[in-house]
Amino acid sequence: MMFGFTRAQAIGFVVMAAILAVAPFVAYPIFVMQVMCFALFAMGANLLMGYTGLLSLGQAAFFGMGGYVAGYMIQTMHASTEVGLILGGLTAAAIGVVFGWLAIRRQTIYFAMITLALAQLVYFFAVQDTGFTGGENGIQNIPRGNLFGSFSLHNDLQLYWLVFAVFIAGFLFVHRVIHSPFGQVVKAIRENESRAISLGYKVEQYKWVIFVLAAALGGIAGGLNALVVRIATLTDVGNATSGLVVLMVLVGGIGTVFGPLVGAAIVVAMQYYLASFSDWVTVIQGVIFIACVLAFRRGVAGEVASWLKLSL
Amino acid sequence: MLMILGKPAPLLFGQLLLGIINGSFYAMLSLGLAIIFGLLNVINFAHGALFMVGAFVTWGLLHYLGIGYWPAMVLAPVMVGAFGLGLERTLIRFTYKLDILYGLLLTFGLALVLQGLFTNAYGSSGVSYSAPDLLSGTLNLGFMYLPVYRGFVVAAAIIICVAVWFVIEKTSLGALLRASTENPALVQAFGVNVPRVIALTFAAGVALAGLAGVLAAPLYSVNPGMGTDLINTVFAVVVIGGMGSIGGAILTGFGLGIIQGFTEVYYPAASSVVVFAVMAVVLLARPAGLFGRAA
Amino acid sequence: MDLSRRNLLGGAAAGVAAASLPGARARAASAKKLKIAVISDFSGPYRDIGGPTSVACVEQAIADFGAKQKGYDVEVIRGDHQENPGVGTALARRFYDQGADLVIDVPNSAIGIAIEGVAHDKNRAYINTNSASSEITGKFCNAQTVHWTYDTYMLSHSTGGAIVKSGGKKWFFITADYAFGHLLHEQTAAVVKQMGGQVLGNINYPFPTTTDFSSYLIQAQASGADVLGLANAGKDTVNSIKQAHQFGLNKKMHIAGLLIFLNDVHGMGLEVAQGLTLTESFYWNLNDRTRAFMKRVKPRTPNNYPSMGQAGSYSGTLHFLKAVEAMNNMKDVKNGAAVVAQMKKMPTDDDAYGKAYIREDGRFMCDAYLFRVKSPSESKEPWDYYELLATTPAKEAFMPMAAEGCPLVKA
Repeated sequence: MMFGFTRAQAIGFVVMAAILAVAPFVAYPIFVMQVMCFALFAMGANLLMGYTGLLSLGQAAFFGMGGYVAGYMIQTMHASTEVGLILGGLTAAAIGVVFGWLAIRRQTIYFAMITLALAQLVYFFAVQDTGFTGGENGIQNIPRGNLFGSFSLHNDLQLYWLVFAVFIAGFLFVHRVIHSPFGQVVKAIRENESRAISLGYKVEQYKWVIFVLAAALGGIAGGLNALVVRIATLTDVGNATSGLVVLMVLVGGIGTVFGPLVGAAIVVAMQYYLASFSDWVTVIQGVIFIACVLAFRRGVAGEVASWLKLSL
Repeated sequence: MLMILGKPAPLLFGQLLLGIINGSFYAMLSLGLAIIFGLLNVINFAHGALFMVGAFVTWGLLHYLGIGYWPAMVLAPVMVGAFGLGLERTLIRFTYKLDILYGLLLTFGLALVLQGLFTNAYGSSGVSYSAPDLLSGTLNLGFMYLPVYRGFVVAAAIIICVAVWFVIEKTSLGALLRASTENPALVQAFGVNVPRVIALTFAAGVALAGLAGVLAAPLYSVNPGMGTDLINTVFAVVVIGGMGSIGGAILTGFGLGIIQGFTEVYYPAASSVVVFAVMAVVLLARPAGLFGRAA
Repeated sequence: MDLSRRNLLGGAAAGVAAASLPGARARAASAKKLKIAVISDFSGPYRDIGGPTSVACVEQAIADFGAKQKGYDVEVIRGDHQENPGVGTALARRFYDQGADLVIDVPNSAIGIAIEGVAHDKNRAYINTNSASSEITGKFCNAQTVHWTYDTYMLSHSTGGAIVKSGGKKWFFITADYAFGHLLHEQTAAVVKQMGGQVLGNINYPFPTTTDFSSYLIQAQASGADVLGLANAGKDTVNSIKQAHQFGLNKKMHIAGLLIFLNDVHGMGLEVAQGLTLTESFYWNLNDRTRAFMKRVKPRTPNNYPSMGQAGSYSGTLHFLKAVEAMNNMKDVKNGAAVVAQMKKMPTDDDAYGKAYIREDGRFMCDAYLFRVKSPSESKEPWDYYELLATTPAKEAFMPMAAEGCPLVKA
């Protein structure tokens, strides 16, 4: 099959695309757009966590910087929307090159901690360089700009199709990577690193490439999200966002193709709709974490897949 | 007046002392964390929340039952420890056989639940607790005035740290603990109830968080978020010291307290991030932390 | 006809009758239905200054307005912004899209300002009663937004000005390193200098991760200043004051908390808080009217007395409802700029804030009260914490419009 889809995945993909194409007319468009942005972000994190076996606790650095760069380019430099998004992705990728180079030599918890530490440095920069990031207030009222300098994105629906297109492209790209010979080596490294080394693979370079890809996806997702909510703030670059994306991957199903989208939908829905439970938001979130670990470790997509005896 | 790098020397002596005081806090908190990680291989993200519970229990003992600071120093850790025992039996123990990541996530969820419940019960602006009369007032050290209570905290923390380190590294009880976690099947064969040993170890680590909470109650605002603010720093301490190394956690706690103290004079805005900068540098130079065994 | 039957039957009976007549009920409801969204912090650090108590105050305003008797069906919805601007703006968009006529409260300036943009996009009314930034009615101002209660300029001028006047000339600041802290520090420092005082130093400390302030307190003490200005809020203020006591700083320096709420004083206790000077624009025990308001609202929030932000949510909601009534056209309520214009046209008058008005830029013009925190022995009843020292009239308390740079105001 194209892009290395199995039959079930191909059906799943069509269903997903169909749902997302109808969604803005049924559900609240901003909500669905945010779900897709975070799903893109989570797909990057899933590349690291699910397929490479590396837990990063600093992904927000890429998401946040992507948002800042896109917002700054479009608002202050009057760049066209796609230029802002691409520059956001490139900036994140560039940071990813440096952080990846530093972090990939370390394993498990040490890898997690070093990514956390590096992300804290980015956060510090964002707090201090208020000229660029707007400090605590963030970059406010980011204009959505025009695509290719001519198509207005002001309307929610117009923006929706851009987010939709980027998400689908990202989805297919990630899937293609996983199912390429390159992706096979990456999975081999996760399963048995020393064996991969003895077979002559330069393990660190593979990990590094994945790390940079995850960073770039995070940056593009952050840029898109900044357009959707029209602000870029410290929250996007902070620890909580790094934790959120890990949660999305886990709830959705670590190492599954559809997991990041499902996880993003659940977590963003929690933020949106639990907000009305006001006093109990934190408690409910905590209970969901605990339940996930104790009862649904494979995540929603993983549980459904094993129930259907399919690979999703 | 003697100046060092543009700052008066007495001020720097003061900072050194304050750094040691804060460091003793980091050491106390990271101690429990290091025990739980080193012996059980669980990354206890709820440690900060349990520290907060310790402080609230201290306040509650006085507020509801009229029980003062000194009895609380024993009662609160015991109560928090017992609570920890319950958590271990009902939740934590299911994560032992899983990837270490799941323990982290479970305890993170636990931290959210505890924080949320206390916010609902006691609000966000916190409750007040004062140091016992015996320990109030200040000492004139010549270069600064030191609150008596802070002096007491350092002394208490050093005694506790040394005692715990001694028990785990130098006694037969410590040897049993380490053996139970490194080779449970063998120890079980000797007739030791290994699950019970593990549960009690977790409870002991949590009790240390509770004890730190007792010490913190008169110092800081007792509010539901008090643990969250500290937990990242304390994690950094444990990682820099070498995950699982008790001695490493203690020494790093004091070391980081001092480094932070000087940062607060020369570049205050960076005094939080300096901890993470140190962590990044240390991990790049020594993959398993300063005193950890290489992975 | 519908209305007259309602009047005849009385409120409760009309409810029963209407329920049995779904068609009639729908007509009546769609005629005068209003929705007010309280977006606040319900689960985090600002819960006590906003949160459930703000909701209680909004509900009290609806009751005091006599919504039911006047035929309005006012629904209150609540959203927890979780201290996340992304969540806050998303909530505001969704609430407005679902028909909310007013968003109110919103502590945290970053979120407060972000929602200001949303209100403008959607052209719906927005009353911020709990953010500090004076830029809300400055460079971010718009026709849909009213800023109630207080701002950084008013806090710095009331507290800073009064202390310099009483002889506190040499200041040292401890500032939370974010937009709010910087604004508070800069505006207070400007007042101090303008009135002939001196600023001997300032420390920006990391926010929100700092719990120990001893190092900064020692530096403040070493500076030789006689006033310690705390340009921070919430638990940071509580921690810095509590620790200043431990080091005996309160005996050598005058401590000025630039933003302290009644709830913070409650949290730290009078033992520690006594002697502080601070500014609020509302205090429940200020006069007969505020006490009457407190008596009415207390059953709704027995354990947490409202401070100025929450009382602002009461006052703001009440004035919004009066404006809606005056417009007497439910269609125009969906036009936020028109509602706010109507609100600016009418003077305000309520038990919490007395008589006041809203300026062209959206600034609610109330007096600022300088308080001294009582000692434990002076406090006669629960939550009896303040003694009034001085009153700054609204015109002096807030930044002149010319200096603000609000695009709404024509030079």
